[in-house]
Amino acid sequence: MSAVPAIATPALASLIAERRVWRGRPAALPPSTQPTGYAALDAALPTRGWPEASLSEILLPADGVGELQIVLPTLARLTRAGQRVAIIAPPYLPYAPAWQAAGVDLTQLSIVDAPAREMAWAMEQALRSGCCGAVLGWLTQADDRTLRRLEVAADTGHALGFVFRDRVALGNPSPAALRLEVSPDQLRIHKCRGGNPLAPIAFARTHA
Amino acid sequence: MLWACVLLPSLALDAALRGQPSLDRPFALVTGPAQQRRLVAVDARARAAGLAPGQRLAEAEAVCRDLFAAEYDARATRASLKLIAAWAYRYSSQVLLDPPRAVILEVGKSLRLFGPWPDLAQRLREDLAQLGFAHRIALAPNPRAARVLAGIADGTLVESVDALPQALARVACARAGLPGNTVAALTSMGITTLGALFALPRAALQRRFGKPLVTALTVLLGEQPEALAAYQPPDRFAARVDLGCEVKSHQALLFPLRRMLGDLAAFVAARDGGVQRFVIRFGHADRSSTTLAIGLLAPERAAEALFDVAKLRLEQAQLPQPVLELSVHADELPPFAPEARDLLDQRSANALPWPQLRERLRARLGEDAVYGLRADPDPRPEQACVRDAVANTADSTPLPPRPAWLLSRPIPLRDFAPRILAGPERLETGWWDGDDIRRDYYVLELATGQRAWAFAAPGERGPFMLHGWFA
Repeated sequence: MSAVPAIATPALASLIAERRVWRGRPAALPPSTQPTGYAALDAALPTRGWPEASLSEILLPADGVGELQIVLPTLARLTRAGQRVAIIAPPYLPYAPAWQAAGVDLTQLSIVDAPAREMAWAMEQALRSGCCGAVLGWLTQADDRTLRRLEVAADTGHALGFVFRDRVALGNPSPAALRLEVSPDQLRIHKCRGGNPLAPIAFARTHA
Repeated sequence: MLWACVLLPSLALDAALRGQPSLDRPFALVTGPAQQRRLVAVDARARAAGLAPGQRLAEAEAVCRDLFAAEYDARATRASLKLIAAWAYRYSSQVLLDPPRAVILEVGKSLRLFGPWPDLAQRLREDLAQLGFAHRIALAPNPRAARVLAGIADGTLVESVDALPQALARVACARAGLPGNTVAALTSMGITTLGALFALPRAALQRRFGKPLVTALTVLLGEQPEALAAYQPPDRFAARVDLGCEVKSHQALLFPLRRMLGDLAAFVAARDGGVQRFVIRFGHADRSSTTLAIGLLAPERAAEALFDVAKLRLEQAQLPQPVLELSVHADELPPFAPEARDLLDQRSANALPWPQLRERLRARLGEDAVYGLRADPDPRPEQACVRDAVANTADSTPLPPRPAWLLSRPIPLRDFAPRILAGPERLETGWWDGDDIRRDYYVLELATGQRAWAFAAPGERGPFMLHGWFA
């Protein structure tokens, strides 16, 4: 007695092979090659890492709650592997000694100042170019269309895109592959491609 | 030695037409005073319509109603020939200018680098087609013979000195570049081809026609070398295009601009250099001009990259009046070091290289918009983080925790009961340059859960000035 008796005809088998029939269980996504550097967060993500070549949204209640601490291990890993990281329109000056102490290779770090109406353009260019390993952006005005463009650009350029937004944006849907809310003491996955949201993850902050 | 002659049969026409998008009408160049304008050169369509150089413009317009006539610009034609010479310099160290419309280059030594002659000829033809010039190429053991053979047929190939007399035998005297006054005399004597001329004894020829004819023959056969001035590439690039009419839209400027930047790229590639700074000047009707200076962070030589940056800058620029002429200047042509790419580079080959992305961002967002960071060992927080055009790294000494975000200017902290997590860390330094500070830094946790880096006056626990966020 086979465990899957349904596939009796070749026609049905080919339909299933083409993944055109939804069978109630989504097919598992291939594991990510971009670990976050936090074991608890990796375990909670369905691909065990950042969604590759797509946009991740990081939502925060205020500045200084650990939003950079989440991405710094990833940035350190990428820059040390010789990949460029572009930071678009940061709200403050990235403080070089701290970033260096976190292991980031500053020679691979580039900061792009852009006025509000050019931020999305600059971020899209950097994502699409294919020469950046990760692109971080602080978009002040991001509508659904802009985010969708960025998602496509990240896919084209095979880059990790991180958009930092106020948690107020949680009220609106987003095309990003991952929506991660950062609070001072916990992380919460609100949306994740290929998985369901789980309970909040405890997040121990260091103040460096 | 082997010499290749690149003859440009329609140089004046090509020079005039390449600045414009393709034309679907008969085209002619005219010159002369307003009452007696005559055709100087006609394109294939105009020739098919029955026009020929030397005709009066009025007659030509009567014959061919939709003729598009432009003023013949001798300066632009000469500049085009110089451009071809500059381009040829990429393939040979010995380039000769043979005005009005030929460039001759020594290729015997170039073959070692560029492969056998058919391959090199193919490269030359591809480049010329891309630059937009009709051409004929011939190869001969001396420059004079190459020039004569190129004038007869495209693709003529004579590799040894022994084969030269036979190859030249059927060339008409009138087309062999002999001293002007002798050709008519020779023809009237019944000597019409070079073959007949070669058969005559030299001494008799010298008695009858003088030394210039005999010298011309010995040079042509390579028996005597010819003293020729080699072309020296200039140290700067300048190109200018008359648009012919007033252009208002940016879009219409892009086509000639792309051509000119293509020329610039060919020019710097021939010098094995790059260009870091160039100026585009837009001339207006009242003789004023708008200039657009474009500076790159690193020398560049790819035509597409130059055009990409220029296009973005042009889109941002305000042109107060319609444009009549366009010129491009580059005075500094620094050496160019191509970016070394890792053989095992994981990023896809069609990725845009970072320097090109950086220039694109700078072109739209401003010259200072893209920068890197450098950590400086200076203990003062403001001085420890330096903006740098090119990112750099320094040795760091272990410090107490530092915030990832730094405020450009400290601001008063609006929180009345922050919890002190670490501190104080006394920073009392900077006395040597008059910009000294005395502060006690604390790591604070605010009621909102944010972690702040703030300082207070020495020995006091408030009020705090916020200087960074531990993000």
